[in-house]
Amino acid sequence: MPEVTYLEALRQGMLEEMERDESVFILGEDIGAYGGAFKVTDGFLDRFGPSRVIDTPISEAAIVGAAAGAAHMGLRPIAEMQFIDFISCAYDMLTNYVATARYRAGLATPIVVRGPSGGYVRGGPFHSQMPEAAFFHTPGLKLVAPATARDAKGLIKAAIRDDDPVIYFEHKFLYRRIKEDLPEGEEILTPIGKARMAREGTDLTIVTWSALVWKALEAAEQVAKEDRAEIEVLDLRTLLPMDDEAIMSSTKKTNRVLIVHEDTRTGGLAGEITARINESAFEWLDAPVRRVTAHDTPIPYAPTLEDYVLPQTADIVSAARRLLAY
Amino acid sequence: MATTAKTRVIPAGLSREQLHEIYYYLRLTRSLEERLRNLYRQGKVIGGLYSSLGQEGESVASAYALAEGDILSPLIRNLGAMLVKGAKPVEVLRQYMAKATSPTAGREMNIHFNDLRLGFLGQISHLGDMVPVMAGIALSFRLRREPRVGLVYVGDGATSTGAFHEGVNFAAVQRVPLVVIVEHNGYAYSTPTSRQTAVERLADKARAYGIPGRTVDGNDVLAVYEATKHAVERARAGEGVTLLELVTYRRRGHAEHDDQRYQPREEIAAWEGRDPIERYTRQLRDNAWIDDAGIAAIDDRVSEELDRAVADSENDPVAAPDTVLRSVYLDPPAADVLWFRRRDA
Ligand SMILES: Cc1ncc(C[n+]2csc(CCOP(=O)(O)OP(=O)(O)O)c2C)c(N)n1
Repeated sequence: MPEVTYLEALRQGMLEEMERDESVFILGEDIGAYGGAFKVTDGFLDRFGPSRVIDTPISEAAIVGAAAGAAHMGLRPIAEMQFIDFISCAYDMLTNYVATARYRAGLATPIVVRGPSGGYVRGGPFHSQMPEAAFFHTPGLKLVAPATARDAKGLIKAAIRDDDPVIYFEHKFLYRRIKEDLPEGEEILTPIGKARMAREGTDLTIVTWSALVWKALEAAEQVAKEDRAEIEVLDLRTLLPMDDEAIMSSTKKTNRVLIVHEDTRTGGLAGEITARINESAFEWLDAPVRRVTAHDTPIPYAPTLEDYVLPQTADIVSAARRLLAY
Repeated sequence: MATTAKTRVIPAGLSREQLHEIYYYLRLTRSLEERLRNLYRQGKVIGGLYSSLGQEGESVASAYALAEGDILSPLIRNLGAMLVKGAKPVEVLRQYMAKATSPTAGREMNIHFNDLRLGFLGQISHLGDMVPVMAGIALSFRLRREPRVGLVYVGDGATSTGAFHEGVNFAAVQRVPLVVIVEHNGYAYSTPTSRQTAVERLADKARAYGIPGRTVDGNDVLAVYEATKHAVERARAGEGVTLLELVTYRRRGHAEHDDQRYQPREEIAAWEGRDPIERYTRQLRDNAWIDDAGIAAIDDRVSEELDRAVADSENDPVAAPDTVLRSVYLDPPAADVLWFRRRDA
């Protein structure tokens, strides 16, 4: 079985879908001849030609808007944001036009908007964002954020096939750091809306996603070794719609929940998850639900500063210990 | 001086000293970027490194056309403009190396910093966003009846953004004292201008906003100075916005990591032959506005200043997190330290 990076898995997923379905095309800045800022679409232009691999002007609102229009007509566009931080330029298009299209006009808008997301890469305030919360609040959008190579592939394929708009947050810290054996010839489709059990445990549940799944797993190993406690790590994979069932069933199993995300605390998804647990599983809890998130600041550039602001493995360990001792 | 007989009248009302000063800034910009490249190769630069090689002429000359009190907003290739406005090489070095002593104390990268007192506003990465902001700065000049002017730089690529369009239109219809400089350097990352816009000349866009637009040879330092000066004077006289397209060429990749394989070698070579600094130096020499000793003296000064700037920055401490939570707001003065980092929580 060939070992495939997260980035390569994402690439393969798009390639397979473009091979399978002629209505799939991709548009974005520098994605054609150049192959994308991170080479995610390297070779796509040669394979599919300029009518299906479209280099666009620097116009995020037009990229998303045009994708929406094409989608109404039966095409399945993948719109790349060169960095997900620039999705803010298409915020209006996504939240007002795209997200409401089905509800208000009965229009299908099967688009995927994807781009390199997240921090830990010394990218400074405008190349490090994980802007999931900005879209989580908008009914009509689906949000996915894979942690593994398998899901990078499985979720992009599922997102392309989904009949509703999906924002796909791919973590650039994971691009080349995460590898996995993926069988050739197997169709990998990760169902949207379903969490993944990343590690079984009995004493505490960590609900997390994307790059922080790996930090949570590291923390879990350390706690297992040093504290003899077994942490369960639930990788949400899809943020919207959220897999409440998986969250509640793990909550009922371990009775302690820690939510870990790299977005800032205030208005972050952890607040919503906490509320849902309170509503559905309060009497199962042996400790308050707590969260490990980024501090409420922009993301600074200097490594020392970024490391301070963003959640680290040691933070998860320390938070987990306090919850276990509660 | 024996050469005075050959001396021609200096154009654009510039003095000999000013010509020398422009040469100094050109040299300073190029040499500072060379120093940065060395530091980058040594792994001392955190993050990416951007170069304005081949564009220093337009950046320096346009900024030089502003007066004290005017404010410009640079983009990633406008190091030269910032230096003209008083940014110090040591600050730039500290920024790139994310030092505690940098103007942003390690919060922001490269030349993303500002000093409004000196007259430059810090950019953000989102292309086009500075145009409306500069329209507002210029609006403040008009509201307060101050004889000040704003100048905003955008690349050919950034003209495709919605913010650029809204900002120029807003400025034009409000007749604020703003100069919009479009640096047409052939590429936006890998995208050639022909795939960015369907207009032949970016200056043509001006017509749609009802403002004058002009295309200028961006590698002709004195032509850029003259054209910008004219636009600045127009703005100061209350006649509104001018759009200047400065035609130049990005001789290095988008950033240092970029192998620029999409830029034909011959194209780069052809533009090397039109180097703005060499061209300007030749012009100064041919007209006897400077002699070899004068050039050598400026080169030496630049070199010494940069030796000192590197020495004064290289070993500075990296930014420490003790103030990282401060000044998200004025009040409250600091963001909370989250519970998992506190002993008491
Ligand atoms: C809104 C937005 N979209 C995408 C980017 C990513 N990006 C950074 S620089 C760049 C190309 C800029 O080209 P241009 O404006 O021509 O300036 P140049 O680099 O040529 O000086 C792109 C696409 C960005 N910074 N902002």
